[in-house]
Amino acid sequence: MKKLLPLLAFATVTMTLATGCGKKEAPDSTNATDAGGKKKLTLGFSQVGAESAWRTANSQNIKDEAAKNGVNLVFSDAQQKQENQIKALRSFVAQNVDVIAFSPVVETGWEPVLQEIKAAKIPVVLSDRSVDVSDPSLYASFIGADFVEEGRRAGKFLAEKTGGKATIVELVGTPGAAPAIDRAKGFREAIASHPDMKIVKSQSGDFTRAKGKEVMEAFLRAPDAGQITALFSHNDDMALGAIQAIEEAGRQPGKDIAIVSIDGVKGAFEAMKAGKLNCTVECNPLIGGQIMDLAQKLANHQEVPRRVVSQEGVFDQSKAEAELPSRKY
Amino acid sequence: MFWPLLALALLLLFDYLFTPGFFRLELRGGNLYGSRIDVLNQGARVMLVSLGMTLVIATGGVDLSVGTVMALAGTVAARLLVVDGYGFIAAVSGALGIALLAGAWNGVLVAYFNIQPIIATLILMVAGRGVAQLVSDGQIINFNDASMVFLGNGHFFRLPFTLTIVLFVFVGMWALTRQTAVGLFIEAVGDNPVASRYAGVNARLVTFLAYLLTGLCSGLAGLVASSNIKSADANHIGLYLELDAILAVVVGGTALTGGRFYLVNSLVGALLIQTLTTTMYARNISADIAPMPKALVIIAVCLLQSEKARRYLNQRFTRHQSAALPAITPSRAQP
Repeated sequence: MKKLLPLLAFATVTMTLATGCGKKEAPDSTNATDAGGKKKLTLGFSQVGAESAWRTANSQNIKDEAAKNGVNLVFSDAQQKQENQIKALRSFVAQNVDVIAFSPVVETGWEPVLQEIKAAKIPVVLSDRSVDVSDPSLYASFIGADFVEEGRRAGKFLAEKTGGKATIVELVGTPGAAPAIDRAKGFREAIASHPDMKIVKSQSGDFTRAKGKEVMEAFLRAPDAGQITALFSHNDDMALGAIQAIEEAGRQPGKDIAIVSIDGVKGAFEAMKAGKLNCTVECNPLIGGQIMDLAQKLANHQEVPRRVVSQEGVFDQSKAEAELPSRKY
Repeated sequence: MFWPLLALALLLLFDYLFTPGFFRLELRGGNLYGSRIDVLNQGARVMLVSLGMTLVIATGGVDLSVGTVMALAGTVAARLLVVDGYGFIAAVSGALGIALLAGAWNGVLVAYFNIQPIIATLILMVAGRGVAQLVSDGQIINFNDASMVFLGNGHFFRLPFTLTIVLFVFVGMWALTRQTAVGLFIEAVGDNPVASRYAGVNARLVTFLAYLLTGLCSGLAGLVASSNIKSADANHIGLYLELDAILAVVVGGTALTGGRFYLVNSLVGALLIQTLTTTMYARNISADIAPMPKALVIIAVCLLQSEKARRYLNQRFTRHQSAALPAITPSRAQP
C-alpha cells in the first residue's frame, strides 16, 4: 500500500492533466483572420459533458452555429467535473480568447476563476445554467431557459392532469446543478396550492437513464409503492429509464403513474406517442445562434441584456405525434 | 471469507429490521421480484468486473480501464446492431472482441513492456471513452433487439438472466484458476515475481492472461449494462465502476500487494457495495450525503480485516473486563 500511494497520487495528477489539457486542440487563436483580413472572433466554450441527448444536441448546435457565423470556436468537454471546467476556463484565458461561454456543471465555487477571467478582461456568457456569485459583474450575460418556470409548468400540468390529487415521486438531477435546484423549486411552488399533492420520495438520478431506472426500481419496491400516482423527472432521459422500471414492475407508465418531465428530446416524444409519457416541458437546446450573437456584440463592446430567455413550450400527448417529425434531437 | 460475509449479514439484518419492504419478495409475471433481486441484478455488473479484477490484483497489478472497456463494448454492440444493421451474434462477438483487444493491450503494456499497471491501464481509461464516443458519434444509441435486451432484462429460472451470466463466468474462472495450476501461478507471480520466475513460471504470460480475462469480464459487464437500459451511453456506462470493483476485491480480502486471491469473497464484496447503494435508495437518503454512510461501512469492514485494529479492540475490551484474565490471543487474520 505504501508503494501504491504516491502512484495513486501521480495517477490522479496525470488523469486531471490528461482531461484538462487534452482538449486544448487550440488553433492559433491570436492570428486567425478571415478572408477579409478582419480579425476573426475566437470563442472559448466549456460544455458540461454529453450526459443526455439534450446536451449532445446543444453541443452540436453550438458547433454548427459557430461555423455558420465564422466564429473560431475552442470547444472543451468537462465530462461533468467542475475541476475540468475550471482548468478549461484557465486555458481559455491563457489562449487569450475574445469571449468565454460555458455551461457550469454546478452552481457554486466559480468566484476565483471568474475573478481571473475578469482580470484578463474577457467577457463571460453563461449558457443554459447559471452560477451563484456575490459579484454580478463577474459575468456579462446569462442565456438559457428559466428552470424555475419549467418546474412550475411541469407542476401546473400535473395538477391539471391529476385534478390536484397525487402521490408524487421525484427524480432529481445532479445534486447541486442549477436545473436540479430550480426545477425542484418551481415544481414545489406550483403544487403548493394543492394540499392533496404530495412528494413522498425524492432521489437523484444524475440526469442519466441508467440511474433513473435504478432509482425508480427502488421507489417501486417500497411497501407503499402502490400509492404512487405520479412521477416528476428533472429530465427526459431519467424519465425514459423510469418508464422501463415501471413496466417491469407490471404497472402502466402514463396511466397508472402519470409522468411529466422536462427537456423535450426526441425519445420523449416517441414515448408520448406510445402513451407512456404524459407531458414534457421543452427546454430548447438550440441556443447556439443566440450565443454567437451575444459573443459578437460583447467582442465589439456593445451593450447586451443580462438575461436572455430561450424559446420554449409545453407538449402533451395530443401534440406529440404532430411534433415528432420536426424534432432534431 | 468471514468478515465481508459478516458485514453483509449485518447490513441485511439492519435492512430486515429497519427498512420496510426491503425483504419483501413476490412473484410478478412468473418472476421473483423485490429489493434483494434488484441488488443481485444491479450488482451483476460489479460482480462480473470484480471477478476479473481479482486476478489482476492477485498478480500485484490493478486495472483502471474496466469502466471504459464496458463503455467500449456497449457502444460497439449498439453500433453494430443499430447503425450497421448486423445481427445479435455479430454484435456480441464484435463487442467481446473489442473487450479482449483492450485486455490484450493492457496485458502487453504491463507484462511485456513492464509499464506500471496503474499508468498502463490509465491510458486506456482516459483514451477509451474518446474511442467509444467516436464509435457512437457522440450520441446515445437506442436499440430494441429482443436478444440484446434479454441479456440485461431477461429472466431465467425466475431470476434475472444477469445472474446466470455471473454464475457462468464465476464457474469458468474458478475451474481455470483452481482446477488447473493457473491460480497458483497467478498467486506466485503476485507474491514474488522473481522467485516464481526461478521456479519456472512464465510470469509474463500469466500476467497477460489476467488482464485479458479482465477485459472479457468488463466486456460482458458492458453488454449487460447497456442492455439494461436498452441504450448505449458512451459517457456513462461503467463510469467510476473501476473504483467499486477494486473496493469489492479489497473488501473481499485480496490484498492490493498481490498474492492470495479469493473469487467468492470478491462477489460478496460486490454484493455488499450494491446492497449499501440500494439501501440508500430504499431509505430515501439524499444523494448529497449518501456517500457518507457508505464510506463508514467500508471503513469498518476494512478495519475488521486488519489484524492490528482487531488486536487493539480486543485489548481495550479485555482491559475493561478484568486485568487478571490473560490477554486473548488474536486469531489469525481471516480473509
